[in-house]
Amino acid sequence: MTTVETAIGTSKTMVLNMGPQHPSTHGVLRVLLELDGENVVTAVPDLGYLHTGIEKSCEDKTYSQAITLTDRMDYLNPLGNNLVYCLAVEKLLNLEVPKRAQYIRVMMVELQRISSHLVWLGTHALDMGAMSVMLYAFREREEILKIFERFAGQRMMTSYIRIGGLALEPPAGWRELVKRFVDMMPARIDEYEELLTNNRIWQGRLKGVGCLPAETLIAMSTTGPGLRAAGVAFDNRKAFPYSSYEEFEFNVPTRTESDCFARYLVRVQEMRESLKIVRQAMDKIADQGPIKSEAPGIVPPQREKMKTEMEALIYHFKIFTEGFSPPPGEAYVAVESPRGELGCFIASDGSPKPLRVHFRSPSFVNLQALPQMVKGQLIADTVASIGTIDIVLGEVDR
Amino acid sequence: MPQLAHANASVVIDRLRAWKAESVSQVIEYRGETTIVVPHRLLLATAEQCKTDPELNFNQLSDATCVDRFPNEPRFELNYQLLSIPRLARIRLRTSVSGQQPVIDSLEPLWPGANWMEREIFDLFGIRFEGHSDLRRILLPDEFEGAPLRRDFPVEGKR
Repeated sequence: MTTVETAIGTSKTMVLNMGPQHPSTHGVLRVLLELDGENVVTAVPDLGYLHTGIEKSCEDKTYSQAITLTDRMDYLNPLGNNLVYCLAVEKLLNLEVPKRAQYIRVMMVELQRISSHLVWLGTHALDMGAMSVMLYAFREREEILKIFERFAGQRMMTSYIRIGGLALEPPAGWRELVKRFVDMMPARIDEYEELLTNNRIWQGRLKGVGCLPAETLIAMSTTGPGLRAAGVAFDNRKAFPYSSYEEFEFNVPTRTESDCFARYLVRVQEMRESLKIVRQAMDKIADQGPIKSEAPGIVPPQREKMKTEMEALIYHFKIFTEGFSPPPGEAYVAVESPRGELGCFIASDGSPKPLRVHFRSPSFVNLQALPQMVKGQLIADTVASIGTIDIVLGEVDR
Repeated sequence: MPQLAHANASVVIDRLRAWKAESVSQVIEYRGETTIVVPHRLLLATAEQCKTDPELNFNQLSDATCVDRFPNEPRFELNYQLLSIPRLARIRLRTSVSGQQPVIDSLEPLWPGANWMEREIFDLFGIRFEGHSDLRRILLPDEFEGAPLRRDFPVEGKR
């Protein structure tokens, strides 16, 4: 939130304030546009309207308490946020997570990716004037949220992934639930593509809009679908596998046009790839097995044990009052969120509360490329570019 | 994965030492990650070497962040996560910044993506970046006083 100086030198240009309460800025993004007629001369994004100081708050919480805060950053990808935070803490603790929990994590995160892309698709189509796609996309997203509700008891702020494993055992009948969804979904994606891909208005609004060459995007630290649409097949799941992603077979969709339409195609293809991963994960997840690692003092003991073993009760009490203390050191973990590289940097000083928690949020970094993307284009194209960068303001401002 | 990261890291250290021995003042290996501690005055030059050396080719700055070690001195630690997309390698550069004079060279001339990351650090830690094109607050309002992510700033805010 800053005052912004623009270069109003000539009488030809005018300054238009877009946002922070503009529906197509997907939250509270403010962009100051200097316009020459309807063409954008400069665009200056202005952030901070949703800054909640999550990184500061984390410093005053124990390691396990901070998980609930991560949910609230990228509110379309809470499970991904949980995952990156837990992976970073587990790295600090040198804690191994059981395979079964890893596969369930992968399945949940991929479902989350589909749901996040669905929200993107629906809202972006709405921005472009295609009303019905949003209704369809939210219909399918609802199915995913129902799955999350069954697993975690929460639709959105799940906090399902915990340090050392998962919060709960998967619910009875989860296979049928997930299977029904993955069987239904491919036909639904075809339906969206039928509505959009060959639609002349959709193509007209997106093709050739917001192009930037791959070198510029790399230099601007862009990651995720925006970079892959420029022909760079960089995906953290392949490049630096975490949570057993190396055992899954999937492709990294890329395009070369680097315009808004290419980003759309990459995201649609990613949904199909995520479905493939979910199917493989379902096969890999055993019916029985641990969902938490054996780490007394870090992972809360089972209820049953607390009633029979004194140590378990003591550990339970200590975890929820004092917390646990990873040895001093730093860890950086990066995962592939629906928007790009979501990184978590944690510095521990050996106390039960983190010295520093930093989230490298893809929305924040990717948004930097916006001024270059929209330069010289129409105001309507600015809406398309903001949309296809796919920002979540909760994550931009943290 | 840790082995791969380690192999990559030793190349970086060797190349940097061959280029300028004093650029690597310390190497920290922890949990499969390698941190190269760089002297304050050599940060920009070392980062440039990491980017332009064809065998290192760190073409993207993934992340830049700060850790406040208050009340120790030098109090701030800047961490830069470099990523080489062609080589699929990561490395972390670290340098210290003193509390009395929190100034450091900006990496924006090398990676334009550093712009907002450094603005964020400036905003929340009050560290100035020399050579930055647009050093303004980014998340907090202009009239905000203090740097809230410093350890001596109370969590509940100043009243």
